[in-house]
Amino acid sequence: MSEKSINIKVKVWRQSDAKDKGRFETYDVSNVSTGSSFLEMMDAMNEDLVNSGKEPVAFDHDCREGICGMCSMYINGRAHGPDTLIPTCQLHMRKFTDGQTITVEPWRSKGFPVIKDLIVDRTAFDKILHAGGFISINTGNAPDANAIPVNKVDSDLAMDAAACIGCGACVATCKNSSALLFVSAKVSHLALLPQGKIEAARRAKAMVAVMDDLGFGSCSNTGACEMECPKGISLSNIARLNREYLVANVVD
Amino acid sequence: MGRFYNSSIGKKFFVSITGLFLMMFLLVHLALNSLLMFDDSGELFNHAAHWMGTNPIMKVMEPVLGLGFVLHIIYALIVQIVNWTKRPVRYAKMDQKEASTWTSRNMIYLGAFVLIFLGIHLVNFFAVVKFGTPPPITIDGVEMHDSYTLVSGLFKTCVSIDVLYVLGSIFLGLHLKHGVWSSFQSIGLSNTIWRKRLEMVGSIYAIIIAVGFSIIPLYFLIF
Repeated sequence: MSEKSINIKVKVWRQSDAKDKGRFETYDVSNVSTGSSFLEMMDAMNEDLVNSGKEPVAFDHDCREGICGMCSMYINGRAHGPDTLIPTCQLHMRKFTDGQTITVEPWRSKGFPVIKDLIVDRTAFDKILHAGGFISINTGNAPDANAIPVNKVDSDLAMDAAACIGCGACVATCKNSSALLFVSAKVSHLALLPQGKIEAARRAKAMVAVMDDLGFGSCSNTGACEMECPKGISLSNIARLNREYLVANVVD
Repeated sequence: MGRFYNSSIGKKFFVSITGLFLMMFLLVHLALNSLLMFDDSGELFNHAAHWMGTNPIMKVMEPVLGLGFVLHIIYALIVQIVNWTKRPVRYAKMDQKEASTWTSRNMIYLGAFVLIFLGIHLVNFFAVVKFGTPPPITIDGVEMHDSYTLVSGLFKTCVSIDVLYVLGSIFLGLHLKHGVWSSFQSIGLSNTIWRKRLEMVGSIYAIIIAVGFSIIPLYFLIF
């Protein structure tokens, strides 16, 4: 693909702190290579802002290779922008056209309050994990490899669920800002394995209870989360969580 | 269990269970109504309607059905109202056309249209049979309501009612297109393989209901 240079306008959300009401501001960014990544474009834009004595736009980012789950932008009406199976850092400027105005917003959810500009507070996800995203074992020597047999099907499903990087795109894209795809991925990757199965019922109840308390909505099964998830976490995890949760409540 | 009733998953469970119950009712309702088109003397439909109105199982099922509707609507409303509060600052731009289907995002509005239609539908027929004076008829020495004349009379004479019933059926079909598979998903009876099957079954079921209930007023209007 031949690289081009495009000029764009970025309509970006500016909010000085959690208490500020916030507003959109539009900046011109010129000579953006279509081969550059979206975050590189944001860096170039920020450099221009700094050079002209303005405050740069704050945004979350870390590894910039689709692993860490820090980047979190709602670009032109879509979580992580107009591409599939990628977080924002793997979005490229070739997805945009010359002269286009690109709207960039932070994740919007009661559960993810804005800290500054495009940075939101995703502590709620940590709190959900604290409630049950673990297995309780007495530490000691490392167990022998293969001492506990795990069948291939469950192992694959668990690994697929464990691919969740906790970026929050599922919440951002959901019309109800439901966190169920995240919670179901975390519940599934543990409940599918023998080590995690023991606490499955308690885990499902505890994590759902915290999720409900933290400002997330309920699931309408629209499937938008699965489509926007950078890791392709399947909606079947939500069915599994619904099942686990129902069984957990019937059992006690 | 108290916690279950109040949890987000629990409330959706009740929307789904009542929804599945109502789907079974719709099939019975459609099967019975289709008799309207197979005997122009009306005897077949009148017999069926009389049997439905008098046998003890249906006497029990009638309030259960009413409760099914009420619970489905109340739980769906509770879930929706709570969900509306979960994004206090809205997006300036939202583009969901690739991420989800229109029907799945608009269930509450489709449901509201169906509810308005249901109200008119109950006034048209249910209220007349229960509280009004439906035309009587004697078939094989048994006196019963002439439900056939009640239905066919309305559909033959009033075009706006025919249009309303066709629209009601289409809205119901769209509601069911997402509702069927979604109900199974919400009670946990789905996975990657079954999702495709359930979505297909849901689409077929929705078409059967929408087309089936639309044909009846059109049949009387045209023939």
